[in-house]
Amino acid sequence: MTAVQDAPEAQKEIGRDRRRKEDQRLITGRTRWTDNITLPGMLHLAMVRSPFAHARINGIDTAEAAAATNVVAVLTGADLGETQGACINAWPITPEQVTPPHLPMPSDRVAFAGEIVAVVVARTAAEARDAAELVDVDYEELPAVVGLKNAIKDEVLAHPDLGTNKSAFWRFDSEEAGTGGNVDAAIEKARVDGVVIEREYRQQRLIPAFMEPRSVVVDPTGEQVTIWSATQIPHILRFALAATTGVPESKIRVIAPDVGGGFGGKLQQTPEEMIAFAVGRRLGKPVKYTETRSESLVSGHHGRDQWQKLTLSAEKDGTVTGFKVELLADLGAYVAIVGGGVPVLGAFMFNAIYKFPAYQFNCQTVLTNTTWTDAYRGAGRPEATFGVERMMDELAAEVGVDPMEIRKQNWITHEEFPFTTVAGLEYDSGNYEAATARAMEMFGYDELRAEQKRRRDAGDTVQLGLGISTFTEMCGLAPSRVLGSLDYGAGGWEHASVRMLATGTVEVVTGASSHGQGHETAFSQIVADRLGVPFENVEVLHGDTQIAHKGLDTYGSRSLVVGGEALVRAADKVIEKARPFAAHILEASEDDLKFHEGRFQVVGTDQGIGLTEVATAAFAAHNLPDGAEPSIDAEATFDPVNFNYPHGTHLCAMEVDTETGAVKMRKYVCCDDIGNIVNPLIVAGQMHGGLVQGIAQALWEEAVHDDAGTLVSGSFVDYLLPTAADTLSFEIDHTTTPATTNSLGTKGVGEAGTIASTPAVVNAVVDAVRHLGVTDVQMPCTPERVWTAINAPGRGHDGGPATQEAAMPHFDPDAEPGPSSTEGAGA
Amino acid sequence: MTRINLTVDGAKVADDVEPRMLLVQYLREKLGKTGTVIGCDTSNCGACTVHLDGTSVKSCNVLAVQADGSEVTTIEGLAGTYDGGDLHPVQEAFRECHGLQCGFCTPGMIMQTTALLAENPDPSEEEIRLGLEGNLCRCTGYHNIVKAVQHAAAQGQTEGAGS
Repeated sequence: MTAVQDAPEAQKEIGRDRRRKEDQRLITGRTRWTDNITLPGMLHLAMVRSPFAHARINGIDTAEAAAATNVVAVLTGADLGETQGACINAWPITPEQVTPPHLPMPSDRVAFAGEIVAVVVARTAAEARDAAELVDVDYEELPAVVGLKNAIKDEVLAHPDLGTNKSAFWRFDSEEAGTGGNVDAAIEKARVDGVVIEREYRQQRLIPAFMEPRSVVVDPTGEQVTIWSATQIPHILRFALAATTGVPESKIRVIAPDVGGGFGGKLQQTPEEMIAFAVGRRLGKPVKYTETRSESLVSGHHGRDQWQKLTLSAEKDGTVTGFKVELLADLGAYVAIVGGGVPVLGAFMFNAIYKFPAYQFNCQTVLTNTTWTDAYRGAGRPEATFGVERMMDELAAEVGVDPMEIRKQNWITHEEFPFTTVAGLEYDSGNYEAATARAMEMFGYDELRAEQKRRRDAGDTVQLGLGISTFTEMCGLAPSRVLGSLDYGAGGWEHASVRMLATGTVEVVTGASSHGQGHETAFSQIVADRLGVPFENVEVLHGDTQIAHKGLDTYGSRSLVVGGEALVRAADKVIEKARPFAAHILEASEDDLKFHEGRFQVVGTDQGIGLTEVATAAFAAHNLPDGAEPSIDAEATFDPVNFNYPHGTHLCAMEVDTETGAVKMRKYVCCDDIGNIVNPLIVAGQMHGGLVQGIAQALWEEAVHDDAGTLVSGSFVDYLLPTAADTLSFEIDHTTTPATTNSLGTKGVGEAGTIASTPAVVNAVVDAVRHLGVTDVQMPCTPERVWTAINAPGRGHDGGPATQEAAMPHFDPDAEPGPSSTEGAGA
Repeated sequence: MTRINLTVDGAKVADDVEPRMLLVQYLREKLGKTGTVIGCDTSNCGACTVHLDGTSVKSCNVLAVQADGSEVTTIEGLAGTYDGGDLHPVQEAFRECHGLQCGFCTPGMIMQTTALLAENPDPSEEEIRLGLEGNLCRCTGYHNIVKAVQHAAAQGQTEGAGS
């Protein structure tokens, strides 16, 4: 630390492993989590939630609860009426999308177990919870539909009034789009003289499981109603509150104070926020609601949950010719704020880094009586990456080559950038060869392959498998025009402003909203370099609509690549506004001034003035050019022209005990190209955490509803988050090809690890036992599932009959449906 | 209501509490010690870890009345148990090694690490991982938390050798 601080001033901040500004308060407990906020006269809310997945509400008797000591009110949906607003869907993926109305607190019917039917307001949280037990709801249970393959049959309806469970069908076809050929023709040709791989994969349902349970405080006592919320999206929440309650946006202030993780799970306008807003306004008193963990798991949105039918065609030598994707995606009970848009993001990523000449993506979104789904770290891209990376391994096995060779044969080479993909995106930069070479070197790929062969030859009961994921992703959401073309209801720009204070320090305001990412540190580094001011003198303000009045918040790996670029542009405007002031003070021509390391220098002289001195002069305004506006503060709004495309090669070695099915990770290395790096420490942290979330999908996590629609993995006892004892230390490195679409050459990193790691792990598990006839293990790869896969009829240690046919199942539309969304997980 | 007397972060406190009140609720709601947080309701996450008479406990798993007569140290008083400076070496290690991101699990992680190192000043990576098994983190993947514990242990070893 000391050595770093003593380094010469001229050292660039960008690229430096600065310790975080955020940490001092977080490591000492001086935190401002929403639940820490206490206001005079504050009342506490407890929610009454439906135990049934689908039921008519025939009546709610609140009398006993309302009579309890220290209870102030018990309110139902009928009581709140229109003041409760509505939960919005910002991305109807087709004009015909079937979208059930989504009230924060319905009064006639509940559509998933955990839905709120009444709210109790009391002087303490404990009293509110006690009284919630006294609310007597008369439910008439209705049949619930659970699981995609049940729902698609439309026999039991999640919302009977809609007449169908099918919400929307979305297709991208490369022939129609003019970006490639006809995929069906490619597949038919391959059936005659090539290779066709057909697989069906399950993307199980996950729960974001941020560590800080959601909490909301509403203070209606000021002219603006102030809402503190554990949210990723204070600006979008303010918009949604105003748009659905009729309260003017100018009367609403939303603050996201310290927010304890999100991972997409706090990218939501929640019923709890809407109810707290309505109750606070109704009673004229500050109110607080903090969820329990069990409430969080059942009512915070879930993620993933797809069935993927994939058909890949190739020449006999393994050169890919086509890829057809047919998805069923479970929306749960409602179409959430991004909702059906999440699987659609995968449309652009199933082709990944490979040169498919023909491609088609089909996605059917489906309503069920389960917790609604929405963005979870990666949002659509992990699902796509899993699908294609698993298929490339299957293709390699079919062709009989190493899975890395099949990738090299088909990927975009570094000379081919910029490259327009079959999905219509332009990848601006990348070098898959370089990242792969480095990763393979770190991994010791060839030695591990040799060990694998030895152990196979020896018939070792513990087999070794190597898994590859050569992934890319689109991130930096998002170019507004692209969002518009996809019918998303907002833009994808970001806003920043730079305020030069009279005493020489700098306030930076960003519309991005940090919830653990370290924006205060990374953004300070950017501004320090740009303006030539000390890192310590930059203060980054965010997460409060009264301070950061304009913004689109944090998700989709966008804060640095979109928000950071807005900041760069605002900083550059400050310099340009300061230039005439500096020239005036120095009595020089603007053309003779050069800005370098925080100073305007008159070229060829020792005359100069620091930017912060100009700021002081602008504050005093005693000696400025005639008619000048006395300010050098500036703001900028940046709308990206393209996504950016981080990529990397992830390699995983798994050991599988063929007698018990137990799996153990032995080694995980990755080399990621995320462009230029602002803070390597923060980047490493994002990679590590992302990796474990992706690994956890492969090995441990699954949200399970039983047939009646009850979430049976509804606590941390049942939903298996990995611990320190389950995981290992990683080896990570980077290659660098700067992005060409932002000034800093940066690419997103927040989701990379999660997107990449899941298929690497599953590929490794399957690779370990492929010689036993196993071609897939459904996630999470529990010992029971691995054992079952090894010991399925016709497979086993004794060789058994050839499994070629079973490994190549052709889709039969009349076949019995597979397991429901939840089946098998509890087994 | 039951009267309890205890010492929290070096200060003597007394209150009448409901018998069902959890220690973590007492710390947060009665004493305003909001540095200690609640992350779950099944005693899995460890975010609420504090020291009770020198031993790490999940304060959601202890009734306030059980702490009667005891000495409690929270994240807010941890530095004071060391040398009265701003930071305990374990806190410093978490910052130095980027062992936190959102910071919500951090108070519990730091309190558990401090207890772990008191029992085992030179733990192996496996011992560290097992020692932190009762504390969940969703951000860091534990990689840098393990490094922070190793860093703190190494600092402790250096100091021990020097004294």
